[in-house]
Amino acid sequence: MASTFETVADIIADTCDIERDKITPESHAINDLGIDSLDFLDIAFAIDKAFGIKMPLEQWTQEVNDGKVSTEEYFVLGNLCKHIDMLAAAKPA
Amino acid sequence: MILEYFQMVDRIVALDPDAGTIRTLCQVPAQSPVFIGHFPGFPRLPGALMIETMAQTGGWLVLARLKFTRMPFLTRVESAKLRRFVEPGETLDGAATLTHDGSGFAVIEAVISTNGQKVASAEIRYVVGPFPNDTIRGAMLLKAREIGFPEECQHAE
Repeated sequence: MASTFETVADIIADTCDIERDKITPESHAINDLGIDSLDFLDIAFAIDKAFGIKMPLEQWTQEVNDGKVSTEEYFVLGNLCKHIDMLAAAKPA
Repeated sequence: MILEYFQMVDRIVALDPDAGTIRTLCQVPAQSPVFIGHFPGFPRLPGALMIETMAQTGGWLVLARLKFTRMPFLTRVESAKLRRFVEPGETLDGAATLTHDGSGFAVIEAVISTNGQKVASAEIRYVVGPFPNDTIRGAMLLKAREIGFPEECQHAE
């Protein structure tokens, strides 16, 4: 079974036409991979479907805008995957 | 429909925000300046307006779920199939089902049919955001009431 990162990286590569080799757990979705807001929604849709979750993007964005966290918290892929894992684990059985 | 105003939905026939479904009635006008150019001697509803009809059908559903607190903006059309021509005067039945309620976005599957025959279908995606100003919100509320949008979906509790 693919890891969370492998699934997310494949989604990003496929959705945004980015070479798979360029996507690493240290990659920042916006700063390193150049993903814009529209593409990020497409990625979010694919991730939501793949993991059966609803990523709270608006809440995350608000936390960044309010200065509570840096963008790295949610947009560095390794960190994003940790949040995906937490959301998936919290799903009702 | 008033094609030149991009108003495609005439009536909401059925709406279940919790189930994520909507059905609409969309009456293609017998005459419109749009038909003069599309096409001369062969008037047909433009495919782009079939997509707009589907987008607006789904859009009213998303508005109902949001209780008019925010509005959906068309952002992506996937797998659009335009199966046959639509002539002036035809009555179209619109139907949309919410397939994903994301954070800040929504995805619907929409179909328009006539006499039980599928005319067009598509997956429509919206980004959801604040109303740009009170003017557009007010105009949309007026339109909502005209087409039978339920009162309880026009405002949050």
